[in-house]
Amino acid sequence: MSYGRMHRKEDARFIRGRGNYTDDVRLPGMLYGAILRSPHAHARIVSIDTSAAEAHPKVKAVITGQTLAGLGLAWMPTLSQDTQAVLATDKVRFQGQEVAFAVAEDPYSARDALELIDVEYDPLDAVIDARKAMDPGAPVIRDDLEGRAGNHIFDWEAGDRARTDAIFEQAEVTVAQDMLYPRVHPAPLETCGAVADFDKVTGKLTVWCPTQAPHAHRTLYAMVAGLPEHKIRVISPDIGGGFGGKVGIYPGYVCAIVGSIVTGRPVKWMEDRSENLMSTAFARDYHMRGEIAATRDGKIQAIRVKVLADHGAFNGTAQPTKFPAGFFHVFSGSYDLEAAHCEVTGVYTNKAPGGVAYACSFRVTEAVYLVERMVDVLAAELNIDPAEVRMRNLLKPEQFPYLSPTGWEYDSGDYPKALRLAMDMAGYDKLRAEQADKRARGELMGIGISFFTEAVGAGPRKHMDILGLGMADGAELRVHPTGKAVLRVSCQTQGQGHETTFAQIVGQELGIPADDVEVVHGDTDQTPFGLGTYGSRSTPVSGAATAIVARKVRDRAKIVAAAMLEASPDDLEWADGKWSVVGDPSTGKSMAEIALAAHSNLELPEGVEGHLDAVTVYNPPNLTYPFGAYICVVDVDPGTGQVKVRRFVAVDDCGVRINPMIVEGQIHGGLADGVGMALMQVMAFDEDGNHLGASFMDYLLPTAIECPAWELGETVTPSPTHPIGAKGVGESATVGSPAAVVNAVVDALRPYGVRHADMPLTPANVWRVINGDPFRTDLAIP
Amino acid sequence: MRITVTVNGQPYTREVEPRLLLVHFLRDELGLTGTHWGCDTSNCGVCTVQLDGVPVKSCTVLAVMADGREVTTVEGLERDGELDAVQKGFVECHGLQCGFCTPGMLLTARWLLDRNPDPDEGQIREAISGQLCRCTGYENIVRSIRWAADASHSQEARQ
Repeated sequence: MSYGRMHRKEDARFIRGRGNYTDDVRLPGMLYGAILRSPHAHARIVSIDTSAAEAHPKVKAVITGQTLAGLGLAWMPTLSQDTQAVLATDKVRFQGQEVAFAVAEDPYSARDALELIDVEYDPLDAVIDARKAMDPGAPVIRDDLEGRAGNHIFDWEAGDRARTDAIFEQAEVTVAQDMLYPRVHPAPLETCGAVADFDKVTGKLTVWCPTQAPHAHRTLYAMVAGLPEHKIRVISPDIGGGFGGKVGIYPGYVCAIVGSIVTGRPVKWMEDRSENLMSTAFARDYHMRGEIAATRDGKIQAIRVKVLADHGAFNGTAQPTKFPAGFFHVFSGSYDLEAAHCEVTGVYTNKAPGGVAYACSFRVTEAVYLVERMVDVLAAELNIDPAEVRMRNLLKPEQFPYLSPTGWEYDSGDYPKALRLAMDMAGYDKLRAEQADKRARGELMGIGISFFTEAVGAGPRKHMDILGLGMADGAELRVHPTGKAVLRVSCQTQGQGHETTFAQIVGQELGIPADDVEVVHGDTDQTPFGLGTYGSRSTPVSGAATAIVARKVRDRAKIVAAAMLEASPDDLEWADGKWSVVGDPSTGKSMAEIALAAHSNLELPEGVEGHLDAVTVYNPPNLTYPFGAYICVVDVDPGTGQVKVRRFVAVDDCGVRINPMIVEGQIHGGLADGVGMALMQVMAFDEDGNHLGASFMDYLLPTAIECPAWELGETVTPSPTHPIGAKGVGESATVGSPAAVVNAVVDALRPYGVRHADMPLTPANVWRVINGDPFRTDLAIP
Repeated sequence: MRITVTVNGQPYTREVEPRLLLVHFLRDELGLTGTHWGCDTSNCGVCTVQLDGVPVKSCTVLAVMADGREVTTVEGLERDGELDAVQKGFVECHGLQCGFCTPGMLLTARWLLDRNPDPDEGQIREAISGQLCRCTGYENIVRSIRWAADASHSQEARQ
C-alpha cells in the first residue's frame, strides 16, 4: 500500500537551500577553530612555539598535544582497538596529521593563527610502500606502542588451508594474478566538521557533526573523555554525503570539544578539502594475489588469496571487531566452490589511517573485485567466454541457503536469472559480434562482466560488535490520537532518503499514508540506541526494527479494535489496512479510529493500559545477501589510451524494494563510483610520503561527461530472514561495478596480450599497457 | 571595504575584508546557507551562484568583486511561492539525494534553460560538467533538467 515510487519528503528543504548541514549551524558567541597539520610524512617534533599565535588579537586559544596530554586526551582509541593521536606529541606519522588547534573569533583569523605557530621538525625516513613495511631496518612508525618492534599489525586467515592447497596440487588448471586495489577516498562533497557547545552550568555537551553513527559517537565520547553519557548529546544534522567516510571520530571533533571546554564558548571547526582528502578515512589499499584452481572445462574448484593490507599510521579501520579484514573472506563470491582460503596481513605505513570506507560493505568491494578479476583471468587462460565461465559456476537457486567455504550463509538468490537478464538487456551476443568486427579493423572495444554477492546488514550480536557494542538497532513508534505517527530510529541518512523510505515501511504496516509518518533521526537525545548507517545496514537492520515496532503497534491496535467491536481479538483479521471481524470487512477499524479510541476512556481488557506506542530492538538473525550482474561496454582510443564507457547495464536484486525510485538512485550513484575508481580515482604518494591527490585538481572524480546513461534491470528474491524481505542496496553498485569496468578495459586490450591492469585505468596507464611498458602496480601513480 | 551587492533582488551593504570570498559573504554575512562550500579549487561547484545571470563558483570570487552587481542564489529561485521548474524537476525525477550539490546544480540548470530552452542530453551533461555530484551518478539530474525543459514548454503551450 505504501511501498512504491513516492517523491521524497526531504526534497522540499533541499531544493530551497534550506537543508541544515553542520556548517550551517550558528550559535551565539560561537568561535572558530582551525588545525595546523604536518608537512612531513614522518618526523620527530622538536618544539612547538605558539606564543605569536596566542598574541594575535582575535585568537582565543591555541591547543597542542601537550595541552591535551594534560587532560589525558592526546591519544584516543580507534575503532580497531588501536590508538590514534588527536594532536601529535612525539612524532608526526603522516602528511596532514593534526599538530595544533587554534581558536579565534572568526574562521579567517583562526587560519591566520596557524601561520604564526612555529613547529620545529626533525624529519625521519618514511614507510610509503606497504611491501617494504616489514623489511628489516624499516623505520618503526609506532614506537609509541609497547612491545611493537616493527610495522606489522595483524595476521588473519579464513577458510580451509589444507583442503584448498590439496585441490590446487591436483588441479588441471591454475591461474594466479597480482593486483592492487589502490587507495581511494570517498570524498563526500560536504567535508567533515563539528560544532561543540559545552555548557559549564549544566555540564551538558552538545556536538553537531555529520556522523553516520551518532549513538556510537556519544558512547565513545563518554568512554574517552570521561563525560557522563547522559550529559552528551550528538546531533547529526543533514549530511552532505558520507559513503563510509563519516563513521569514525576524527581528531578535529575532539579538538572542537576541548576548544569549547577551554574557552567556555561554542566552537565550530570545518576542515577544508585538502584536509578532508589527506586526513580522513581512505578506503581499500589492498595488495592482493589471487589464485584459482579449475578443471579444463572451466569448473572452478578452489580459490586462495594473499593480501597485504596498508592500514596507514594508525589502525583505524571501522568494522566488526572480530574481523580485522572486514568481510573480505566473502571472496569466494557467487560461485559453487569446494574450498577457499585467504591470509591477510595488515601493516602500518606513513599514510593517513582508515581503510574501511567508501561504500565497501566492510571490504566486500575488495573481495568482489578480486574474484571477478580472477574469473576473467581464468576465462582468458581457458579461452572460454567470461559469461560462460560464470554460468558454469554460479550457485543455483536450489542451493540456498548456501554455506560458503569461508562460513557465510547466503540467504537467497537466483543468480543465473540475473546474469541472463543482464546479457539480454545488453544484447551480449551482438556486442561480441560487433567487437569481433572492430578487432578486425584494429579498433579497441571491450565488454566486461561482474557478478557480485554482497553481505550487508551487520549484524547478529553474537558475531558482530564494534568495540564491544553489539550491532542491534532500536526503534520507537508513537501513534498520536489522530492516527499520525512519529518513528524514531538510530540510523542516520546521508542522502539515502530514510525520512521517506522508513515512513513508507510504517505506512505499509499500519495502513496509513506515508505522509502521516514523521521520521526522527540523527539526534541521540531523541532516538533509541543503534549503531548507525554504513555497510548498507539501514534497511536490513533499522528497517527491520521499523517493521517490527509497527507490527507491535498493530498488535496493540488489535486489542483496542476488539474492544471497539465488542469482539474477541482472536476473531479479528488485518485486511486492507484495517482490523475487522473475520469475513466482515464492513466492521473494519482504521488505525486513526483505533488510535483515537486507544487514547479515550474506552474500556479495555484487564492489563491493557491504552495508547498504541511501542519500542523494539532488532538483532538480525543473519546478514542479507543482495546480488547483481553488471555488464560494461567500453571503447578505448589506442592513440591516447582514453577509455570511454559507452554502456553500463546493471541488474540488481536487493529483495523487496520499498521505494524503487530511491533504490535506482542509490544504484546510479554506486555505478558512477565504479567508473571513477576504475578509471580516475587514486590517492598516490611520492616516496617521501607527499600526498599527490590532495585536492580535486589531482584527485579526479567522475562528472556527467564520464558517466553513461545507466541501464537498470531488476530481479526480486526476498530475504527469508528480513521481516519485509528487503536486503539493502546502498553499496551494491559501488561493490559490483569496478570489476565490470576493469574487465571491459582488459577485454578491449586483449589484442595486446593483456590479462590484467591495475586501477585507475587513466589514459596514461592504458597507453603504457598498449605500448608494452610494464604496468606499475606499486604506487598507482596516474 | 564597503560593498553593495544585490542578492535575489535585495540590495545589501556591508563592510567586508578585501579577502572575503563571495561564498562566505553569502553564508556568513547574509545567512544564505543554501550556497554550500566544497573544495577551494573551483572543481566541485557546490558553491555555484549566478553573478549577473552567469553561473560562477563563489569560492573563487571575492565578495568585493560582486560590488554593484546582482547575485542569484538558490533562495532566489522560488518566486511568489511558486517553485522554479528546475526545482520541481529535481523532485519529480529524484535529481538529488544528500542535497549538497543541489543548489549549484539548480542555478546552472536555470542558466542553461534560459539560454537553451530545449537542450539535448549531451548539452545538459556538458552544462553541468563543471559540477560534481557524489550521490546520483548524474542520470537523474539530467532527467530532472530535461523534465524542467518539457514542463516549461507545456506551460508556454497552455498560455
